[in-house]
Amino acid sequence: MNFNRREFIRISGITAAGSLIVPAVFQSCKPQVRLTNDAESYLSHFEVTRQQLEKVISAAMEKGADYADLFFEHTLENYSSLEDNKVNSAFSNVGYGVGIRVLKGDQTGYAYSEAITPEAMLKAARTAANIADSQSKFSPVNITEFTRPDYYPVVSSWEDTSVQQKIPYIQRLNDNIFSADKKVTRVNAVLGDTSSYILFYNSEGLLAWDYRPMVIFGGTCIMEQKGRIENYFAGKSFRMGSEFLTNQIVDEIAREAVEKTSMLFEAGMPKAGEMEVVMGAGDSGILLHEAIGHAFEADFNRKNLSIFADKMGKKVAEDFVNIVDDGTLKGKRGAINFDDEGNPSEKTRIVSNGTLSSFLHDRISAKYYNVKPTGNGRRQDFRNIPIPRMRCTYMENGPHKKEEIIASVKNGVYVDNFSNGEVNIGQGDFTFFVKFGYLIENGKLTRPVKDFNIIGNGPQALADMSMVADDLVITNGMWTCGKNGQGAPNSMGIPTVKIKKLTVGGTNA
Amino acid sequence: MNTTEKYSLAEMAIDHALRCGADQVSATIYENRSNDIEIRDQKIDSLKESNRSGLSINLYVNKKYSSHSTNRLKKEDLLKFIEEAVKATKFLAEDEFRALPDPELYYKGGGPDLQTFDPKLDTIDAKTKIDLAMNVLNEAYGKDERIISVSSYYSDSISSSVMVASNGFRGDSSNTRLSLTASVSMKGETGRPNDYWNENALFFDRLVRKDIGSKALERTRSKMNPKKLISGKYPVIVENRVSANLLYPIYQALTGSSLYQKQSFLIGKQNQKITSQLLSAVDDPLIPSGPGSRHFDDEGIAAVRRPIIENGILKSYYIDNYYGKKLGMKPNSGSSSNVICSTGNKNLKELIASVKKGVLITGFIGGNFNGSTGDFSYGIEGFYIENGGLVHPVNEMNITGNMNSFWLNLADLGNDFREGDSLRIPSLLFDNIDLSGK
Repeated sequence: MNFNRREFIRISGITAAGSLIVPAVFQSCKPQVRLTNDAESYLSHFEVTRQQLEKVISAAMEKGADYADLFFEHTLENYSSLEDNKVNSAFSNVGYGVGIRVLKGDQTGYAYSEAITPEAMLKAARTAANIADSQSKFSPVNITEFTRPDYYPVVSSWEDTSVQQKIPYIQRLNDNIFSADKKVTRVNAVLGDTSSYILFYNSEGLLAWDYRPMVIFGGTCIMEQKGRIENYFAGKSFRMGSEFLTNQIVDEIAREAVEKTSMLFEAGMPKAGEMEVVMGAGDSGILLHEAIGHAFEADFNRKNLSIFADKMGKKVAEDFVNIVDDGTLKGKRGAINFDDEGNPSEKTRIVSNGTLSSFLHDRISAKYYNVKPTGNGRRQDFRNIPIPRMRCTYMENGPHKKEEIIASVKNGVYVDNFSNGEVNIGQGDFTFFVKFGYLIENGKLTRPVKDFNIIGNGPQALADMSMVADDLVITNGMWTCGKNGQGAPNSMGIPTVKIKKLTVGGTNA
Repeated sequence: MNTTEKYSLAEMAIDHALRCGADQVSATIYENRSNDIEIRDQKIDSLKESNRSGLSINLYVNKKYSSHSTNRLKKEDLLKFIEEAVKATKFLAEDEFRALPDPELYYKGGGPDLQTFDPKLDTIDAKTKIDLAMNVLNEAYGKDERIISVSSYYSDSISSSVMVASNGFRGDSSNTRLSLTASVSMKGETGRPNDYWNENALFFDRLVRKDIGSKALERTRSKMNPKKLISGKYPVIVENRVSANLLYPIYQALTGSSLYQKQSFLIGKQNQKITSQLLSAVDDPLIPSGPGSRHFDDEGIAAVRRPIIENGILKSYYIDNYYGKKLGMKPNSGSSSNVICSTGNKNLKELIASVKKGVLITGFIGGNFNGSTGDFSYGIEGFYIENGGLVHPVNEMNITGNMNSFWLNLADLGNDFREGDSLRIPSLLFDNIDLSGK
């Protein structure tokens, strides 16, 4: 168990995937009619009426709570996977139910039901209601319908896409990787898609609904050369429908897998110790996620646990450092139309011109700090309590050039490829595991290096960010962040930056 | 659902899949109830009650394979779901290795009670649970003016499942689990150190319910104002609470899927030396009240006690049914149960006393390993040891190496494994380990 410690961000690689296998074709349990974007479709999908919602909310509020919400979810997942040149296994999962949350001050009562019937919902509501302990009569508020933005429009839904349509793309990924390099001895690939129907209602009368698609697609390439084996996983993820599937995306993933695996044979371990670290544009956004992002999540600050708890409004970085957490980027894995407590998504500026300007809030923390919610209250599914989570976290462009940054380093490492990271919120120590990078010697990239951990301290690293380039890249990696046992999809990005000093894992002479 | 109802639901699912065209089917019906209580600074922070149930089903249709799960167990939903699943499976490629395990391998029943289920847990009321958490919180709360926050957690779960396979397996199991945890956060000069302590049990009456908050407080106090050391090679002790993390890459490398997919640094190493001769590890599924105890694994394969590492020599891998067929190896279960490691004579204090200048690792932060090569690198925190005593806390350092050579450097083991863990491994002392710091 980890406490106050965000375990990772991890590429949902295929290694983890005896379970992450395969197939697809599922319509839902009932023949599925694509839902239109209106409340009635979603109410009827979950077989509930407005009157029932009001009745359940009233039961949730009957012990004198301040607030309650209902989160209905119907999620369909399909995975198809390839081993030994064939798409030969598949996995599907259906999750269905309603989570009922009751708040009294900053206290939470939570229960869920996997059956959506009036009796089951009332039972769960009364269980959750026990967080409060008085009596009160709740009168339902007039229903307001949430106007949903469209940050992830779907052209063709995964539910209308059969496994037959998916197989050729997975096969192509395999074939492209094999044909690109004679050293390739194994390929494993997986294509996974998710379609989620969400219906939300709370004691303030807000009624919201959403259709959330997601796709992950990637492959592990294994090469052998002179008795040595190396592997590399390349993959992409978007909130998109099956229009995602193109030959171009397959070719991009294949190219990355082959090039990177091949380069690993040239790479070794760096020398251990403190040095300058240049983080290349793109996935180096993991630095923001681990070093800063988690410590800005307001639950940790409300509880005073974060090393940034007393730094609001204070200067934490150079003037050219601007960091945002944005849920509105179209089609990104971290995009969200509204968060899982009915708050609108937005672009939240967390560091503005070097000054800490906002934490990332859920409903409880926004109330505690008396600020507007930032739309970061997210949950893994209807079985879980929403908590502040990042969406797409990135740094805006700065004044420097990538070449000038690398040229400024006498002795350091350049890194842009990672598998996972973690942070200790209280002490501020954060890490990320480097899958691939280069040494920098006298201003030039030299020997490739791989498989080492970098550790630093959040506030120190932020202050030590001495150069930021103008080449921002927001990536489409398969990042999943873990917190309190809940996974959440994230995106990230950063321009090339230099940190004056981090501790690099490696060998000693 | 009682056990009989679960069996009949599983059998109905199997019959329907066979009718829809599957050749072989296995199905599991599971149910789980759990409670989670979090208390912060003497106030309830959250109460959560969970009730979940579901079906998972493996389908073998003309040498084609897929697996599925759903929590919609209404009969008409389930039948439709299975019908669609069988249809979808037909689109996949054939795989000659896909079939249920040989019935010879199955658990046939008749084993002793493994004592993994406590009927009493179901009768414990919410107030008793809240009180348990409140009591351990109070062991720390207000006991030091530098305390920022104290949290405590109680959680329990009651699980039961049945598994049926169309070629002759039937089995059921039930488990209870509880844990009690305290976490303390304090204000230091350089940060807000935090640490925790927790106790786990399978039986309510066996749960340790004292000295949890006080241990969390003591651990946090000892971590105030850490410093980093100069990079170099050091003797390193890894505390029992986290030493299992270092065994994980070995476990991962021993699984059939890693071997087959060449993501294992232990391919072809059976009967060869992979660690110092001090280390032995036995997989023992049959110990009474072990957290990993079981009569059969998730494929129905009968659980057997077997050596994994004997005096440093690799004796067996973790081979499941599918990869066993692909690798031409006999399946012996693809997942670990309880792993019992050898122990030495010293307690942690005595291990520390044996080190002139080194590091005690009490926690890992992030890091990873390369399954194909065995290279690893993890962030660490702990203490600097000089002349057999702890000098000051350390943080912001990395431990780096290769699993193949690292385990040969194992120089001593403690006598202090934790009873409640399914991986019973003591504190470990390694010589000559690469640490990076200043």
